[in-house]
This record gives sequence, C-alpha cells and structure tokens, in this order.
Amino acid sequence: MSRDTRLAWINGLLLPLMNILTAFAATAILFLLINVNPIEAAKTLLYGAFGYGEGIGYTFYYTTNFIFTGLAVAIAFHAGLFNIGGEGQAYIGGLGAGLVVFMLFPGLSPWLMIPASIFGAMLFGGIWAMAPGYLQAYRGSHIVITTIMFNFLAATLMVYLLVKVLREPGKMTPQSVLFPDNAWLPFVHDVLPAFGIEMERSPLNLSIVLALVMAVLVWFFLWQTRWGYAIRATGRNASAAVYAGISQKKIIMVAMCISGALAGLVGINELLGYHHRIIMNFHIGYGFGGIAVALMGRNHPFGIVIAALLFGTLYQGGAELAFEWSNISRDIVVVMQGLVILFCGALEYMYKPWLVRWLAPVKEVQA
Amino acid sequence: MIEITSMNDMWLTLLLTLDATLRLSTPLVLAAMAGLFSERSGVVDIGLEGKMLAACFASATIAHFTGSPWLALLAAVAVSLGLALVHGFATITHKGDQIVSGVALNILVSGLTIILGLTWFRQGGQTPALTGEGRFVTLDLPGSELLHSVPLLGPLYKELISGHNILVYLAFALVPLVWWVLFRTRFGLRLRAVGENPKAVDTAGISVNALRYKAVMIGGVLCGIAGTYIAIAHNAQFTRDMTAGAGYIALAALIFGKWRPLTVLVACLLFGFLQAFAMRIEGVDLPVIGSIPVQIIEAVPYILTVILLAGFIGKAIPPKAVGRPYVKER
Amino acid sequence: MSLAIELENIDKRFGAVHANVNVDLQVREGSIHGIVGENGAGKSTLMSILYGFYHADAGTIKVFDKECHFQDSHQAIAIGIGMVHQHFMLIDNFTVLENVMLGAEGGYLLAEGMDKARTELQRLAREYGLDVDLDATIESLSVGLQQRVEILKALYKGAKILILDEPTGVLTPQETDELFKIFAALKEQGVTIVLITHKLREIMAVTDAVSVMRQGAMVAHVATETTSESQLAELMVGRKVLLDVTKSDIKPGEVLLKVKQLNWQDQHGVMRLKNINLDIRAGEVLGVAGVSGNGQSELLQVLSGINPIQDGCIEVHGNSFTVKQQTNAGKMREFGMAHVPEDRHKMGMITEFSAAESAILGYHKDAELNNGIWLKPDLVEKRCLDLMQAFDVRPNDVKLKSANFSGGNQQKLILAREMEHQPEVLLIGQPTRGVDVGAIEFIHQRILDMRDAGKAVLLVSVELEEILSLSDRIIVMCDGEITGRMAIEDADERSIGMLMANAQQAHDPLQANEKQGVQA
Repeated sequence: MSRDTRLAWINGLLLPLMNILTAFAATAILFLLINVNPIEAAKTLLYGAFGYGEGIGYTFYYTTNFIFTGLAVAIAFHAGLFNIGGEGQAYIGGLGAGLVVFMLFPGLSPWLMIPASIFGAMLFGGIWAMAPGYLQAYRGSHIVITTIMFNFLAATLMVYLLVKVLREPGKMTPQSVLFPDNAWLPFVHDVLPAFGIEMERSPLNLSIVLALVMAVLVWFFLWQTRWGYAIRATGRNASAAVYAGISQKKIIMVAMCISGALAGLVGINELLGYHHRIIMNFHIGYGFGGIAVALMGRNHPFGIVIAALLFGTLYQGGAELAFEWSNISRDIVVVMQGLVILFCGALEYMYKPWLVRWLAPVKEVQA
Repeated sequence: MIEITSMNDMWLTLLLTLDATLRLSTPLVLAAMAGLFSERSGVVDIGLEGKMLAACFASATIAHFTGSPWLALLAAVAVSLGLALVHGFATITHKGDQIVSGVALNILVSGLTIILGLTWFRQGGQTPALTGEGRFVTLDLPGSELLHSVPLLGPLYKELISGHNILVYLAFALVPLVWWVLFRTRFGLRLRAVGENPKAVDTAGISVNALRYKAVMIGGVLCGIAGTYIAIAHNAQFTRDMTAGAGYIALAALIFGKWRPLTVLVACLLFGFLQAFAMRIEGVDLPVIGSIPVQIIEAVPYILTVILLAGFIGKAIPPKAVGRPYVKER
Repeated sequence: MSLAIELENIDKRFGAVHANVNVDLQVREGSIHGIVGENGAGKSTLMSILYGFYHADAGTIKVFDKECHFQDSHQAIAIGIGMVHQHFMLIDNFTVLENVMLGAEGGYLLAEGMDKARTELQRLAREYGLDVDLDATIESLSVGLQQRVEILKALYKGAKILILDEPTGVLTPQETDELFKIFAALKEQGVTIVLITHKLREIMAVTDAVSVMRQGAMVAHVATETTSESQLAELMVGRKVLLDVTKSDIKPGEVLLKVKQLNWQDQHGVMRLKNINLDIRAGEVLGVAGVSGNGQSELLQVLSGINPIQDGCIEVHGNSFTVKQQTNAGKMREFGMAHVPEDRHKMGMITEFSAAESAILGYHKDAELNNGIWLKPDLVEKRCLDLMQAFDVRPNDVKLKSANFSGGNQQKLILAREMEHQPEVLLIGQPTRGVDVGAIEFIHQRILDMRDAGKAVLLVSVELEEILSLSDRIIVMCDGEITGRMAIEDADERSIGMLMANAQQAHDPLQANEKQGVQA
C-alpha cells in the first residue's frame, strides 16, 4: 500500500475512530467515578435504544433531530463558519412552523398545510441564523458570540410569547393551543400498518423521512451544484475563492441561512410530529448535539446520518439509564457530546503523529 | 414597588442600584480579566463560561463538605485551572481550533456538573443550600455605622462602598493589578508581544508556548474566583447552568473595552448596571411605556452585546495574532 | 585571522524539499561576507539554522571556534549572533524602545531596564549612525528606520556577528547607501557581518568574500576582489540560459487592455502602485520586470479584479472600470480576462480539492458544465481530462488531490485552465516558480502560442531571463512605479537591472515623453 493510501486511511478512518473510542473511554471512566459499571451501563443503554419497539421508535425520533442540526452545523462548517446557534434556530424554527399553522385555515388540506409549515420553520430558522451571518459578513462581528447571544434571545423571546401572547386561554401552562388535525404529521406507527407492519406507539413520525431527504439534498447541494462548490471553496481557501470571483459576503449569508433553515426543521419533528402545539424548551440539546454529530460525521451527510443515529441511541439509551440509576440523568448525553466535540474536534489530530510514525513513516530517500 | 418621594429617596435608590451593580459586575470583571490575559497572548477563550460553571460547582460542593469558603475557593481555582490546561493542551500544544475547544469544554462542564451533583447530592443536580457557614460573609468597613448619619456621603460609604464580601473588593482591586502586570512588567511586555507577533517573540529567543500556557493558566485562576463568587458569595448553592451566559457577556465586555484593563472594567460595570437597573424597574409602571415585561429586561444584556459586536459603538481591533495557533513555518 | 563562523556538512529537509545539501561555510572574523543565490537557493534556511531558529538534520556549527548546538535562538543570541530578518520581527504597536528590550528587558520590572536601555541605545546610535526616535511606534516609522531598529535590537543584545537577510529589498537607494555606511562603522568595531542577498551589485560594493548557493548546495567561495558580477551571475544560475523558443513574427493588433493612472494603497496606507499607465495589444507579450515586492503583485490583483480599484481606470473589452464603476474577478473573466496567479497554493487552486475541482476554479458557473442547477461531475471530469491532455499534466488522474501533483504539473493544470478558456487577455504571475526544467520549456512555449494566437499577455516575473526570452515589450517596476519601458530589441540585463534597483533616476519615461509630446 502506498504511503498516500495509508495516509488516506489514517485521516479518513483510523484517526476519527480512535478519537471516538477515546471519547467512549472517557465516558466509561466517568461511569466508574459515579459508581456505575460501564458494561452494565452500556447494556442498559443498548437495551433502552433497541430492546423494545417503543425504545426503537424513540431512538429514531431523536435521530431525526440530530440529522437536522448535524446537517445545519456541517453546512456552516463547509463555508468555514462555526454555527453554535442551532439551539436558538431550532426553537425559532418551531415558532415559525406553529405560526404558519395558526395563520392558515384549519380546513386546508394537509398536503398544503404541512409543506407550508415546513417552509415556515425553515424561514424562521434561516432568519435567526442569517442575522448573525449578516453581522459577520458586513460588520465583522464574531459569529460565535453573536449566535450564542441569539440562543439566549430566542429563549427569552419564546418565554415571553408562550406566556403572554400564544398561551392557550384559560390555561396555566405556557404553551399554545393544540394544532388542528391537518397540521399533524403522521406517526410512523400509524403509517406502518398500511404496509402490514405493526409497531408500538412512539413519537417517531414522518419527519424522519424529511430528515433523510434533507441529507440527500444537502449532499447534492454541496457536491453537485455550483453554489455548493462556491461554499466549499470558501471554506477551504478564502483567497482562492475570491480569486474565483466568489463573493465572500454572499457565501456567509447563504450558508448561515441554509444552516438555520435546517436547524429550524427540528421544530417540524417536535411540534408537527409529536407535541402538536408550540411548547417550551422542545429544542434543548439538539443544537449543541448537532455540533458533535457534524464533527463525528466529518461534515458529510452520510457520516452525519450515522453519527445522528449514534446520538439518538445515546439519547434514548440515556433515558433508560436515568430510569435504572437514580444518579444518572439525561445530562450524561450532554457530557458525551462535550467529549466527542473535544476529541473529534479540538484534539482531532492528537493521535496523528504517532499513527503516521507507526503506520506510514517517511522512508529515507537515497539522493 | 418603589415610590420616589424625596431627593433622599432618589439618592438612596441610586445607591442601592449602584450597589447591586458592583455585585453583579464582579463575576464579569473577573471573567473579563481572565479573557484579557488569554486573548492578549493570542488564545481565544470561549470557555470562560465553562470554567466559571465548573468553579461554581466545585466551590459549592467543597463549601458544603468543609464549611470553609476559603477551601471552596481553592478547590474552584484548582478545577478551573485544570480545565484551562486542557484548553491549552488542545490549542497550544496540539494546535487545535481554539473555538471548538472552548465550546467542547462548555458543553462538557454543563453536563458533568449535573451528573456529579446527582451522584453526590441527589438533589436534582444542585448542591445543598449553604446556610452561612461556607459562604463568604459581607465585610463592613470600619466606621460605616458611624458615618451613616452624614448626609449624602454617609449612605454612600455604608451602602455602596462598605458591606460587600471580600471577593468583590478583590475583583476590583485586581484590575489595577492586571494593568500593572501587563504594562509594567517583563512578563506583561512579552505577553502582549506574543499576541501581536509570535514570530518576533520566538526570534527573540522567548518561548511562545510557555507564555501562552501561563496566560491561559492565569485565566483559569481568575475564572475560578469568578465561579466561587457566583456560587457561594452571591448565591448560596450551585444550580444548573447558573452562570447564565456571564462568560459570553464578559467576552463582549472585553471586545467593547478594546482589550485594555481599565476600559474593560468600565464595560463590565456598564453591563452590571444595566442588569441592576433592569431588576429595579421590573414591574414598575413607567410613564408612557407601562410595565416592561421581565423577559425584555432579561434580554437586555444579550441585545446590548450584539449591538456592541455589530460595531455600532466603535471598531475594536483585537491583538493581531489572536485565534491563530503558532506554527514555525518555513 | 580567526573564523567567526564555521559550518560543516549542514543538511536540512522540509518534507520533500531538500533545502540545504551538505553545506560548508567559513566566515572570517571582522569581515563582511556575502551569501548569494537565487530565490529558493537555501540561503535563508542556512542562516536560520545558524540562528537557532531551525535545527539542522546533520552537520556541525562552530562559532568563534566553539562547537555549538542551539536549542533555540536564545542560545544563539547569547553567543553573540544577531539576525535581521527579511520580514521584520517587530511589534507594530510597540515603541522602538519596547521592541529592542523584548527578550533583554533586564529584570522583572520594566522600569529598571528602560533607563539602562535608553542610555545604551543612545550610545549605539551615536557610534554607528543608527539614529531613531526611541519612543516612536514601529508602525509610524519608514521601512528604512524599522530596519535600523532591527539592527539596534541585535547590537543591544551584544551581537558580534550580524546576519542580514535581503536587507536592501525594501530600501531606497539612499537608504541603501546609509546602510552600507553603517556596515563600515560596524566593521571598524570588529563586528562580523553576513549579508544574504541576490543583488550582485551590492556584493561587489561592500563585501570582502562571497559564497554562492544554488539549489540548496554551496557551489563556490571566492574573495570579492577576485570576481565580478557576471561571474557570480553565472555561478548563481548554473543552468543554461533558456533554449530558443520559437517566436513568430507577429504584428500586434488593437489594444485589448488599457490601464490609466492606476494608484493603489494597501491597508496600512502604503502606496503600492503609483501612477501606472500601460496598454497591451493583441498578439504581444508585455513583460513586467522587477524585484519581488515592488508592486507587481498588487498590479496583478487589481487588474484581475481581486482588489478593488481606488484610483485610475482599467479598460477591457470595451468596458471601463474605475472606483465608481467597480469590477470583480468574476466579471473580468466574463470580459475575456484570465489570470494565472503568482502564488498557486494560496490562490490558484485549492489543495484539498481533487484535480477536477481545481480545474473549474473560477469557471464553476460555466454553462457547459451545468445542466440547470446540476454541476455535472462527468462534465467537470471531462473538462479536467481535456485540460490535462492538452498540457500533458501527469498523472492523468482527475480524482487525485491537487496537493499530490508536483509543482510543475500543478502549474500546468492552472495554465491549462486559464489558457484553454480562450481569453482575450491573459495575466500571468511567476509562471515557472517551483517548476522543474522540463515543464518550463513547455510552459514558455504555450505562453508564446497564446501570443501567436492574437491574445494579449501580461507576464510578471522575477526571472529576468524569462522576461527577456518571452516578451515583445518590457516595463520595469520599482517601488510601485514604472521606471523603464523598452522594446525587446533594446533590452539588456544590465540596463534593466539598474532600472529595477533605482527608482530615483527614472520617473516613468512614458510620462516624460508625453510631456515632450513624443509617442511611446
């Protein structure tokens, strides 16, 4: 095997694999620290995720969200931008979806209502991301800080709206009225019987189809269109992109807009697909999870789907863990997200010198 | 409800607001100084939030177990320092992306504090409330009671200047110290140099990495103090995500203050004042506008940060080499 | 006379590049010693090793007869070696005093060291003629004064050996003369000076001995008084002057690119282009000669639309672009302009992209490659393959990462991309930089083919031979101005060399002639 091929294997497979394993190892150590047997924990986790029908449903339902946010972060990364605003964009996307539902007649055919709502989610999410994008492109404001600020702003805005404006009249809980029937995205367990498959009830709904479609569309956009080419060129080499006549400002705006739109689709899964009303905090954790998913999936839609499945598994398995052990909560998944981002992102090349020296050393060339 | 009935009342109200300002600004000042050292040396630190949160947890935990705020402070500083070293390891030694590293640590700490809290305290992630033992007590400066009856200045002394806990005094005393270190010592000269042109420092025979590690470590210590203040001085326990974005607001103050200690202090005070002011007028019926919803008040610091960053209030030029790992290129 | 520096068998590689090949060097104490060579010959690397900035892979270093192993520059400085780099190692917003003190502060607190430093610096200034305002910030100083600060830095730290890397590239002739006076004063005090340069005139003027480097190896070592500029030039270049390229007799046609009174300043406010006027006709090559850093890069970037126009006018394809009517790289391509950038790694291609993707850089919007919204990979690959075949790019693998091609093949691919698009005007910068000899011939012939096909070609190169063998007309740039214009028949190396180095004597002869009403 030539040195170049070896290096490709190292960079493409071994390095990411070792990074992920390190993240898992660190988690195992954490489990030991809190007096939980890591093997038991792993078993429980896998059982929770795949051991029974409802669990499987939940797993894929979470996966859907991670696909959306993972794609969102990845597109921004391809343009050289770090979009940490997925949390806020997802939240506001849900707002957009709900507002469209309320604005259109209840009698409208679901074939029109649902796509309109999807559009609303993407529009609102996109705008929420484009604002920081604009500030970066035209005012030089650091996009990392502005997107974080917009996360906080989204939270306060939604609290205000759900408590003061959108709250179901006469009720105490800050949430909107129930969506009309034509705005309900069908559950998978309701659709499968038509194909002769029985499935336990779970939140899993047709958004997962939307998510997979989006993954394909994102792949197509990035690698099979000229705008995707322009985005990837900008992210790799801004000078070359300018040389090629690509407007940097436009790319920042477009990339952030698409990124926010994708994150906003979390609102579709959660609100149209499961809760059927606008509620508080449905978005928590998916935005940051998207960062981990994108890094693990190396910013490629195919890798992202797999990484999203992994995190969906962790999320659902984590719920089972929390059920079994009183000293574990869902936050364990947040810890794992942090570890993944640390080892697959910041410490991405930590193992590289050793791997290269061990597997693909430079041979001394005789002059 | 506040009813302004006289000049004296107005003065008192102002003083109380300023008093609150100092207390709210303290963690911002400490965190901003931490960020200052780091960024002046060329290392971006998005992880101020995470370090502070970890320090909050550590101090609250140790304060609970030992009843000593000073041991709690020590523990918090140690934890924050450890995280700072991880950030340094990733970004200085391994030339990793500084922002990704900061974000990773923030997320990690956010979850880890809850998990550990659950294991050790079983209170849903928070630490047990401290009763007085374990918290930093307020210090009444000498003569405050005596001077209390002096018109105007008496209350100024008693309410505003006296009566804070020691960490507040420490934070504000730190600022001139930071200025002095940066501009009057050899270390400060080299630190500022490495943030502008690391190659120049390298060719002068000084280790770039050593300087950056030192800067990052100082940041860790300061964040440790900030977190301790939030958890056991300002509050009495650790609660989930209790830093509420203070780390990011401190970064905004840093940018607004153009990376200079004294102007950064002013920026922190400004943010603190806005928060204090917002709390004061919550629920108050203002002429014309009416009562301002609490959420708008809560959003003010974040909105202001965005406006600041959008450069509507002057342009800020960061240290030239900030954000880029130093690589000896050929 | 004892040796200040003795280097034996110094060897250094950077990845695949063999920067120093078994180099020996001896420098006599108290002498002024020159090291010459073309760009990329290995001079800077060698001196960086001596300065402790890099570590040699093999070989020994002896300074004042003591063998040394430098871990870092700190130790080199301690022994008495000081270096003035080509790109200054200064902190722009610090004062002169602060810059000099960095690394030699004299204590934990600055106050102690500052007074001492001030006194010492004033003494040094008097003794060597290095006057400069100690409290001025670096960014407020001229380049010549900044260089003085660099020298003061080295002397303040007790340098007995002073290495200067291409010191005169950024100086005006007067500043250069002043620098040489400083050298004389230093030499009188027993300081050893090592001068790295590619300017032969200076070597002859100021040095006692010269070492010549070529492609990483030391090829000669002579006493200056026994040699001449032409002999040094021959030793430096080594390879034969370029082969006769077939140049057909073609009469230039209409003007395809016209540049009027172009001025341009960079972000620091330094004027990089001063009153540039030129035009290029169909079927001719206009060569731009000059030492790197005299405005040629900025010229290329403004003309190609990468940098915005600030003052002046560019006319191409019937369109006039000014500061009010801006252009950009995309538009220029639409108007028939193509651009082969000077730095292919920075701009000309994207190293992580496959060859196919680099092959469409700038042309990704082409109608031929797109079917509606679909940028068809098979069309892209076919385009790349066609380009590769036309220009003999090897290996013939469109999917291979751009970084994995050799320099020559990368350059050929970029040239193919730009040339095969049949532009009307072709801007080329350093076409054969880092390219092996075999590809050079090929590239030169293709440039001439473009000319013969009636295109207008602007050729910027630091390689004078390249300019001479390809151009029909030549302009010389120095310090942002055009200092000379000539037809190829009237051109010779010596006169061009003088124009490259000397801005004082010539303001643009075009303007001088126009004032007298003479056609250029």
